[in-house]
Amino acid sequence: MLRADDLSVARGGLRVLDGVSFTLTSGEALILRGPNGAGKTTLLRTLAGLQPPLAGRIESEPDALVYAGHADGIKSMLTVRENLSFWAQVFGTSDISAALDAYELTALADRPAGMLSAGQKRRLGLSRLLVTGRPVWILDEPTVSLDTHAVSMFARVVRDHLAEGGAALMATHIDLGLNEARVLDVAPFRAKTPGIDEFDEAFL
Amino acid sequence: MIALLMRDIRLATRAGGGFGLGLAFFLIVVVLVPFGVGPQTDLLARIAVGILWIGALLACLLSLDRIFALDFEDGSLDLLATAPVPMEAVAVIKALAHWLTTGLPLVLAAPLLGVLLSLPADGYLPVVISLLLGTPALSMIGAFGAALTVGLRRGGLLLSLLVLPLYVPTLIFGAEMARRGIDGLDTTTPMLMLAGITCGTIALLPFAAAAVLRVNLR
Amino acid sequence: MSSIWVYANPKKFIDTTDRFLPWVSVLAVVCLVIGLIWGFFFTPDDYRQGSTVKIIYLHVPSALMAINAWLMMLVASLIWIVRRHHVSALAARAAAPVGVVMTLIALATGAIWGQPMWGTWWAWDPRLTSFLILFLFYLGYIALWEAIEDDDTAADLTSILCLVGSVFALLSRYAVNFWNQGLHQGASLSLDKEENVADVFYHPLLFSIAGFVFLFIALVFLRTQTEIRARRMRALIVRDRMKD
Repeated sequence: MLRADDLSVARGGLRVLDGVSFTLTSGEALILRGPNGAGKTTLLRTLAGLQPPLAGRIESEPDALVYAGHADGIKSMLTVRENLSFWAQVFGTSDISAALDAYELTALADRPAGMLSAGQKRRLGLSRLLVTGRPVWILDEPTVSLDTHAVSMFARVVRDHLAEGGAALMATHIDLGLNEARVLDVAPFRAKTPGIDEFDEAFL
Repeated sequence: MIALLMRDIRLATRAGGGFGLGLAFFLIVVVLVPFGVGPQTDLLARIAVGILWIGALLACLLSLDRIFALDFEDGSLDLLATAPVPMEAVAVIKALAHWLTTGLPLVLAAPLLGVLLSLPADGYLPVVISLLLGTPALSMIGAFGAALTVGLRRGGLLLSLLVLPLYVPTLIFGAEMARRGIDGLDTTTPMLMLAGITCGTIALLPFAAAAVLRVNLR
Repeated sequence: MSSIWVYANPKKFIDTTDRFLPWVSVLAVVCLVIGLIWGFFFTPDDYRQGSTVKIIYLHVPSALMAINAWLMMLVASLIWIVRRHHVSALAARAAAPVGVVMTLIALATGAIWGQPMWGTWWAWDPRLTSFLILFLFYLGYIALWEAIEDDDTAADLTSILCLVGSVFALLSRYAVNFWNQGLHQGASLSLDKEENVADVFYHPLLFSIAGFVFLFIALVFLRTQTEIRARRMRALIVRDRMKD
């Protein structure tokens, strides 16, 4: 469903990862690991189409990807329900009750999002993935500020998603208990610094 | 796309959204000018069009940086960029929402403030029409400027520096049209030019704004 | 024979311009000296304007270059957008301050000329006004370059601004023409250049225009080299930080 072929990505004009290749098929989860600053976020943003790769190819089915980054894009002045139904409308779906249920947000549905705790906001951010109806999830540190209960909630949702033929690619440090997930360590792909004399067109 | 428009309008009109700030600013500018130039009615009547146009332009400028900056900070813009909505459409919708919440109220308030400036009776219709034709261009050009400066700290001042020169043609033709209306001259040429600039702006600038947004999201 | 784009390589650009720079500089100085001395001392005074007319040898070339510098930036921006050659973006950046100075010279000499001729330092004449607007466009363009840290982002954003700005600058030019006629009913202060420039004034003017062109080329070469080296230094510093 998603294939990266010999991908090079850059952050701030500097090449950080080189030659990343992987395939993600239906029902599969791939977990990115690597030290801070290794380029996980950059790789995910590149895959999501937010920035062009320096080299290599990304192949995916059309309209298959959905991205969730560090920030949840929640409007604090709108209620939980309004926040979620906005994204449902943008992605052309309508049913948000399943998403609210999955993250136990139904009771909070009419509360302004600004009054949620950090963990509740994160749950709202993650529930957005369900209303998009897209099969391939690209997640950047999805479990930040979640408690153990919420983490297991998230793991269950991901497992259900995979069982329905979806796929997930995530950067995380926490063990989600997703035993079937493959792990891709990005450290070996770290880009080598070119020699001083190799300055050319791109200054990289 | 309608969802995005409704959301932006809802955000702007809800508490803390800044709706009405531009309007209040417009009022204050118009009130302050007579203090500066003196209370002579004939003088005010002569410069009323200019004051209304400059006031509307500055009030418009005031809320520009909110067009994209808030969505950029809370990550919505990233998510919108990966959503099945073209960036060009996002730019247009954002500009439209800005116009509906800032430009349109200014147009509607202009006749009232015209009274304060003893705008000649013949002037009301041309002023309203010129503002109605011109303010959409101000919002669209502003959205482009806001897109340019979205990633910058202290982008607000730079935004004014970038956007105000781009406002020159709109201001010239808009104010000229209103002045000619007051003098009983033919307003066709400036009106067509004004409408042309607005149409051209709305047709072409979304592409520039979208390109700039994509660069800023990288 | 290799294509013209090989000069888009920073190293090749520096090597090539290094060879041309002395010649262009000498040409600039020679043309300026000939044009200005000939113009100032060996042309008759104008029968209407007296000796004030001689400021034309600074005013006209700088005004020409003010516009040409913007055009050069536009072309360079287009090259950057289409072919993404870094030298092109840096050349646009390098040309902007030169263009600002040219605009300022044109405005200042215009004011100095206007005082004895029209009895005022400044009039909202269409031509003067559009130069003032051009000056504002330059300021915005430079400010945007300065505000953005990442070089490629800055190059992308400024080149799009240059494109959009060019269209609006052109619009402003026509708008201003229209606006002033509307106010003064055609009673314009603008000078009819064709009438002023008789042959005696014309030939030294050509020299000083050529001098300004060569001066502009030399300055842009020099400043682009500096930009390339500065960019290289920034890249080295970033790389050094990343190495650990």
